[in-house]
Amino acid sequence: MTSQSVSPVATEAALRAKNVSVYYGSALAVRDVNLDIFKHEITAFIGPSGCGKSTLLRCFNRTNDLIPGARVEGKAMFHGTDLYAKDIDPVYVRRRIGMVFQKPNPFTKSIYENIAFAARINGYKGDMDELVENSLRRAALWDEVKDKLRQSGLSLSGGQQQRLCIARTIAIEPEVILMDEPCSALDPISTLQIEELMKELESRYTIVIVTHNMQQASRISDKTAFFNAEATESGNKVGYLVEYGDTEQIFNDPREQATQDYVSGRFG
Amino acid sequence: MTTNSLPPDPNNLWRPNRGLNKRVEQAVIWLFGLFALISVATTFGIVLSLLFETVEFFKDVPLWNFLTDRQWTPLFSNPQFGILVLLSATFLTSLIALLVAVPLGLLSAIYLSEYASPKLRKWLKPALEILAGVPTVVYGYFALLLVTPFLQVFLPQLGGFNALSAGIVMGIAITPLIASLSEDAIYAVPGALRDGSYALGLTKRETIFGVVLPAALSGIVASVILAVSRAVGETMIVALAAGQNPRLGLNPFVPVMTMTAYIVQVSLGDTPAGSIAFKSIFAVGMTLFLLTLVFNIISFWFVRKFRETYE
Ligand SMILES: Nc1ncnc2c1ncn2[C@@H]1O[C@H](COP(=O)(O)OP(=O)(O)OP(=O)(O)O)[C@@H](O)[C@H]1O
Ligand SMILES: [Mg+2]
Repeated sequence: MTSQSVSPVATEAALRAKNVSVYYGSALAVRDVNLDIFKHEITAFIGPSGCGKSTLLRCFNRTNDLIPGARVEGKAMFHGTDLYAKDIDPVYVRRRIGMVFQKPNPFTKSIYENIAFAARINGYKGDMDELVENSLRRAALWDEVKDKLRQSGLSLSGGQQQRLCIARTIAIEPEVILMDEPCSALDPISTLQIEELMKELESRYTIVIVTHNMQQASRISDKTAFFNAEATESGNKVGYLVEYGDTEQIFNDPREQATQDYVSGRFG
Repeated sequence: MTTNSLPPDPNNLWRPNRGLNKRVEQAVIWLFGLFALISVATTFGIVLSLLFETVEFFKDVPLWNFLTDRQWTPLFSNPQFGILVLLSATFLTSLIALLVAVPLGLLSAIYLSEYASPKLRKWLKPALEILAGVPTVVYGYFALLLVTPFLQVFLPQLGGFNALSAGIVMGIAITPLIASLSEDAIYAVPGALRDGSYALGLTKRETIFGVVLPAALSGIVASVILAVSRAVGETMIVALAAGQNPRLGLNPFVPVMTMTAYIVQVSLGDTPAGSIAFKSIFAVGMTLFLLTLVFNIISFWFVRKFRETYE
């Protein structure tokens, strides 16, 4: 990762997919995706279930490597560097490109340790208490947990757990945060809190979010990518990128009929 | 049917035969209850008979002497029954066994669940469980006829019977138990937890030791405690390879006599029933029983307290 540009151009592509296809075993899941994800923007991935949003998302921090049989073709690039080049260490990739999952997955540790643990291993030399507090504050969780930092992270409610997972992700300051349906298990209030948080984070991070919630996509994202799936002759479905553009345009003036149908809820 | 049943629906095609089901269900409940009762009653019977003979024993030997004497000489004309003597041997052999079995078992569990390919795991796991089923008398002879002579090459002062080889071989014998149970615990840690750790830029080793093992801790500790009670209660290996010499101390090179070995010796010997030496085996058995009971309670408590519920 050397070719990092110095000038903070707003439209610089942080992530780029170039002819990306993903296979699970021999089955093609996503076909030939090309798109740029821009720095300090929120990009939303929308589309029907099974069209490969999560699959594509995982390509960007090589968490696909953890799935036996998953294979990526084409190029997924981070500031111009191919993430799948031979000399790239996936651990290093994930250190810079963090991820929040659909189901909250706090560690079986205290609330404090959930955040401090990875920061410590990643060599954080500052004041740990401060880092924990700041991260929890930014994830809008501090007030709820400040008196029970030593309790297990699993003692929290689902929404609190998810905010804890977000807190531990921003604690280690990745450059990009990939979020796979982070609000799908949350109530409307927690959802709004997380959306506010994302808006706040936008100035410092690049965020990609997968969501099934059209309002959410239109509320928070700058760009939106609409994916769809089509059946091949052999019967299995293959996902592909239908349309990608400014959220404004995708929701109000889509070029494709399928996009129009999907965002207006007339899909199927 | 009772009077308050719903009116029948003449067009309904669904007529479950609940009447018969109910009777069968009752019978099954009774049958299961009977079996449960048999096992509970048997346990109670064992404990009661132990208790009865133990009380008899303590009429002759004061409890205080039993707990504090430093000699175990049941056949002397002035016998002494210092349980510490047998306890020290049991402690010593179990400790050696755990020193072997815990690292070995844990490392194999980690290897099996985290590093072995699924294909290898499919073969190794059952193999391990078969190993756990080898009769311990085989291990006993293995200790006596192979391990001791082998160790004597390096440790000339080692006796023909000794706590060291018995402990080591006992450790090998309980390794599969620890490995298999810990492996279950580690394997059951949800993949989402691992993903979460990887997504924070941690390596596989950091993920395993920092996230997966702590999540599996209660299961691992339970397996170790179970192994402790196995080691304490293990009989054939120590009876064959550790010797029959009641001796207070923690020297692993000399013959010692564990609680279980003593019970074997008296049960198989010609000690007349009703003699004080004969009654002493019940007191020793009771001690063993209480000891393993305590371990099981600790294990139960630990699992309850530290099991983290994740979905
Ligand atoms: N681990 C896996 N092994 C095999 N096939 C998989 C795996 N994960 C996903 N797939 C397949 O890849 C395709 C895309 O799945 P993916 O999870 O990326 O969809 P998605 O768009 O995220 O759907 P959803 O909105 O339901 O989360 C699906 O057909 C799915 O069956
Ligand atoms: Mg998904």
